[in-house]
Amino acid sequence: MKASALRDALPAIAVFVAVLVVWEISFLLLGVQSFLIPRPTVIAASLADQWPTLVKGVLFTGTEAILGLLVGLVLGTAAGFATARWVSAREVLLPVAIGASTIPIIAFAPITLNWFGPESLLPRITIVAVMVFFPVMVNTIRGLTNVDPGALELLSSYAAGDGQTLLKLRGPNALPYWFTALRIATTLAVIGAVVGEFFGGPLYALGLYITNMTGSSRYPAAWAAIVLACALGIVLYLLAVALERVVMPWNAAREAAR
Amino acid sequence: MSASASPNPSAAPGGGQGPSVVEAAGIGKVFGEGAAAVAALEAVDLTIRQGEFVSLIGPSGCGKSTLLRIIGDLTAPTSGTIAINGKPAARARLDRDYGMVFQAPVLMDWRTVAKNIELPLEIMGYPADERRRRSKELLELVELGTFADRHPWQLSGGMQQRVAIARALSFDPKLLLMDEPFGALDEMTRERMNTELMRIWQRTGTTIVFVTHSIPEAVFLSTRVVVMSARPGRISQVVDIDLPGDRSFATRESDAYFRLVTKVREALRHDDPADGGPTGADGAAPSTSDAERVRAEGLA
Repeated sequence: MKASALRDALPAIAVFVAVLVVWEISFLLLGVQSFLIPRPTVIAASLADQWPTLVKGVLFTGTEAILGLLVGLVLGTAAGFATARWVSAREVLLPVAIGASTIPIIAFAPITLNWFGPESLLPRITIVAVMVFFPVMVNTIRGLTNVDPGALELLSSYAAGDGQTLLKLRGPNALPYWFTALRIATTLAVIGAVVGEFFGGPLYALGLYITNMTGSSRYPAAWAAIVLACALGIVLYLLAVALERVVMPWNAAREAAR
Repeated sequence: MSASASPNPSAAPGGGQGPSVVEAAGIGKVFGEGAAAVAALEAVDLTIRQGEFVSLIGPSGCGKSTLLRIIGDLTAPTSGTIAINGKPAARARLDRDYGMVFQAPVLMDWRTVAKNIELPLEIMGYPADERRRRSKELLELVELGTFADRHPWQLSGGMQQRVAIARALSFDPKLLLMDEPFGALDEMTRERMNTELMRIWQRTGTTIVFVTHSIPEAVFLSTRVVVMSARPGRISQVVDIDLPGDRSFATRESDAYFRLVTKVREALRHDDPADGGPTGADGAAPSTSDAERVRAEGLA
């Protein structure tokens, strides 16, 4: 099992390594300046050099992303349930949700700093939660309502109540939709946290670190932080996939059978 | 569950003489309103007795599925009255009198085969050990004993439909309603499923109402075949199937079987205007003018 998983991942690893090698050699031969894009070895050296600061940054930004993600998931899921359940909630919540999703984060981030102060986690948690909320809510609604009419008739023939229909049919039906939203949300969360930090925060926070390093022409250090931000996003994404496998083992098996 | 009951006493020709399970009188159903209104059913009277196997057959649009859905309280009639075991259909549904099987098996992919069969039992609050006992018993009945822990997508179409039948039987419903359950299956599988359903019916003694397009299927399975005509949907003839109760593949090759298939086919053709219009033979098929008149009244 382990060996076959490694074998499946081998092409991706090979492509990744090849890209790094080609990047390194071609940039070296062409003499590309590091303020455009530094070579991988230069980024790696900077990564090692700045490691203690960068680790603090990853932990800080990661905490913001995860907490914001959780708040957005809870609120988005709750709003999705309410909207799918009550028509009146749909009329009230959907315009608010659409409004929230269209807030320009660039304009919104500085305002959240005024609310909570730059050193607090709360400005980025708010931004991430707002970004995550909408896709989670929309997918939850879709999953709860996009149910096989035949299955609803079947439950009706068993005289199942609304609560039972939710528990036995709508809920399980919504899970694949919800996990799709979770995957999107994990990558949005890191982007939201990093962008939110552009406007303030502790100096080691990844977003602020990237702007500061760029501002002082220390491009390899900025790129080292970018690489870590990407890694953070990938880790969160993989955690979401792993959680999905644990909660819905049947879904992975069904996908594999197709 | 009564899977171990003795062979169905009412498998004899002519159907059951027991108490009536379905009593429909003057059932009409109109879809839409005003000029767009379409009469799906008109003046349908039908009594089904306990232990009967009644097939509804007719061309597309004759309202046979609508009639089944009215019996099952999935839709309300526009006119007429319906009683299930002497109760209104809505009451019967709340009393869990119905087992239903549709053309699509409608299984839950996130549940194993056994858990799918246990779904109605969970909703009805059966204890866990009782649920497991019943699903095991029913899996044996539909000959899927070794597939308990599989998921629906790992089963063939015929097997999925057998799971749907087991699920419908799991809580011993008084009335099994089947809407073209084998319509999506190939002919070979369909005949095998027919034989299997026959066996299940004989063992359980459940009253069954069965909607189908297939004349051979209707004749093979039923104690009575209700032939319906379209526009508006109404019952044009009822054919008693006086085949022996113990039916098998050999039954399909008997003269009596062929005679009944021909009889049902002719009943269907009598009422197809393209074939010269209703002749009123057997005194059952309504004349066109009658049908038109009633329909006009329905629209008024």
